[in-house]
Amino acid sequence: MATILGIDYPTLWFFVVGFLFSGYAILEGLDYGAGMWHLFFQKDESRRIAINAIGPLWDANQVWLVIGGGALFAGFPVLYATMLSAMYVPFMLFLAMLVFRSSAIKFRSAEPMLWWRKTWDILYFISNLMISFLLGVVLGNLIEGIELKENFVYDGGVFLSFLSPYAILTGITTVALFMMHGAIFLLLKTEGRLYAKLTFLLRRSIVFFILSFSILSVYTIVFIESVADRFREFPLFFVLPILALLSIANIPRLVSKHKYFQGLIFSSLTMSFLLMLVAFQLFPVLLLSTISPEYNITIYNAASSEKSLGIMLTIAAIGTPLIFIYFLFLYNTFKGKVIMDDDSY
Amino acid sequence: MDVEILSRIQFAFTIAFHYIFPPLSIGIGLMLVIFEGMFLKTGNKQYEILTRFWLKIFAIIFGIGVATGIIMEFEFGTNWAVYSRYVGDIFGSALAAEGLFAFGLESTFLGVLLFGWDRVSPVVHFISMVGVFLGSMFSAVWIVVANSWQQTPAGYHIVGDGFNARAEVTDFWQMVFNPSSVDRVIHVWQGAFLAGAFMVLSVHAYYLLKGKHKEISYLAFKPALTIATIFSLTQLFSGHRSADLVAEHQPAKLAAMEGHYQAKSPADLYLFGWVDNKAQKVTGLGIPGGLSFLVHQDFNADIIGLNAYDVKDRPSQVNAVFQFYHIMISIGMALIFLTLYASFLWWRGKLFEQKWMMRIFAFSVLLPQIANQAGWFAAEMGRQPWIVYGHLRTSEGFSKEVSAQQVLFSLILFGVIYSLLFLLFLYSLNKKIKHGPVDYHPTSKLAQQ
Repeated sequence: MATILGIDYPTLWFFVVGFLFSGYAILEGLDYGAGMWHLFFQKDESRRIAINAIGPLWDANQVWLVIGGGALFAGFPVLYATMLSAMYVPFMLFLAMLVFRSSAIKFRSAEPMLWWRKTWDILYFISNLMISFLLGVVLGNLIEGIELKENFVYDGGVFLSFLSPYAILTGITTVALFMMHGAIFLLLKTEGRLYAKLTFLLRRSIVFFILSFSILSVYTIVFIESVADRFREFPLFFVLPILALLSIANIPRLVSKHKYFQGLIFSSLTMSFLLMLVAFQLFPVLLLSTISPEYNITIYNAASSEKSLGIMLTIAAIGTPLIFIYFLFLYNTFKGKVIMDDDSY
Repeated sequence: MDVEILSRIQFAFTIAFHYIFPPLSIGIGLMLVIFEGMFLKTGNKQYEILTRFWLKIFAIIFGIGVATGIIMEFEFGTNWAVYSRYVGDIFGSALAAEGLFAFGLESTFLGVLLFGWDRVSPVVHFISMVGVFLGSMFSAVWIVVANSWQQTPAGYHIVGDGFNARAEVTDFWQMVFNPSSVDRVIHVWQGAFLAGAFMVLSVHAYYLLKGKHKEISYLAFKPALTIATIFSLTQLFSGHRSADLVAEHQPAKLAAMEGHYQAKSPADLYLFGWVDNKAQKVTGLGIPGGLSFLVHQDFNADIIGLNAYDVKDRPSQVNAVFQFYHIMISIGMALIFLTLYASFLWWRGKLFEQKWMMRIFAFSVLLPQIANQAGWFAAEMGRQPWIVYGHLRTSEGFSKEVSAQQVLFSLILFGVIYSLLFLLFLYSLNKKIKHGPVDYHPTSKLAQQ
């Protein structure tokens, strides 16, 4: 089996996919998070500033979803196919909400009528909320596992079975995390009264996140049995939850000192550490079968051929630095507070 | 209705809707590169106004294209799970390359393009414009490569059998440059250039008819008509190349396009007609042996007909394939006559006096759109019953675990959302056109020069 630095290709691709989805969570977490604060602002002007804070960035941030999806399809086609078809309803809702969200950004400020803007404001809020919640729900289903039988065929309920209590909890925690993340980002982008209001909202969202995260953690330890076994087997990985907790604890400290940029870095790190925890818990499984472990989808039975993975690792090695350069250029061009002009949304 | 047909309807509906927008993005992108390039070169402020005006329309089109495109990326997995497992090894790398090399480029520079007028220098703004345009061109490359592989697979071998059968890549470049991909990419690019150029021509012909924005419309008309004329003509050759490739690699598709049934005989070329699939007969106006001549330069050469194939191995919707194909060809021909005659009038200095020509141009935006759609319908319906030509049937490729109710639910969902989106698109397009390419207040660095 071909390896790079002693690591086989499917494992490397697992890291690539994990990296891409961390990037997606961090960058689109800003956008979705900012969007969920939308209805908390009363004045039209404030809402426009909030949208324009992500205005030049959200299209680019969305790239990470597209690349992540492509990487999943390319590297682990079995997971891509089974997960999407098994969780058909949540994914269709997710996609529909993505359309609503981008339409709201594009069309909201195109007309001055009150009813028009109000309608889009509500749609914008709901779509951001649903997207964040559904992402969490999918993550919850990955941790809990789904009813997979032979040949990776899903054998569970088709409409609402994806909404287990655990999945709902991960959904709510994701919403809270994104809201906190988005509020910190908006603080970097706003001034004056909106800024003052956000400092107040941010404190609330930190409390909301810590509460939901604590409940989720307790629930995980109590009900997801394999978690404890994992840590007994690899005690070294205790460093992951410790890092996650430290970076979470660091956020209120930085926020109280108004160091929002560092705050944003630590909420991003929090997301990465939490996703690493999920990865550690699952590896090498990608999608757990609750029927029998022999039907699990793993990085090995889901992976594309070694040849194909080798090609894609080359593509990723060339493409990723390019994407980094584009993003540095874009974020550097639009750094600082929002300035409204004729081209704004 | 069963899951297969519902999934097919949903895919056809979502992809056809999506495909209204990317060709316009590519085509208007090309026009924008020309307009902004001319502005940088000549310093003529009218070109800047044109650039800003078309950029606003471009932003809407691009946005809807992205939103509906993301749905396509995930629909393979949701509705075509068996197919996705089968081709992931090959198809996936093309999609991943699209994301990294094309979509990444266009989407990051789009932000600079739309909101960066005051933040970057004119040259950097122009570079961003070129970046977005190239990104959209690369996008087309990877997507068409993936689709072409479905039509003419190459650089692969089949591993395993039954449920575990998979296509695995053996030679990446052979896969990318499979027999049909280069010609189809060119064909798609040119179709996109035409879609964009005719949209520009349409809007400015409308202004000229109304007697509004005259100077700027003359200015916009010239590069747009040049692009439209060149690519209407080259599209004819590219179409011919594509048809030759279909004759070589997918004879059943070619036979369906002309309604040619007899297993081995000279085939006619129809201008128009109607296919009776039961009676295996075409009623219409055709050139006897015309298809034989086009493919083999000999009116009496044999062309493989549909009856050379088992009924289960050939397209069943022969009349639909025939009609879509002929709609595309007829429009292609019409575009050639229209652009050549308009260019002749332009050369004689009489183009803008001909009201009736302007009237035709005002509606001409629909022609390349219809031709692009019809061409894809002919290509994809003619590929049936295969989802991967010769290897996997469409009837085997859909997601078995998804129920008909689920697909019906999502189909209705997309039906409603896309209808609303289309109305919004038309509404805001109309508004932007009514507003027109008018002067803005000169706050930008571009204007200060």
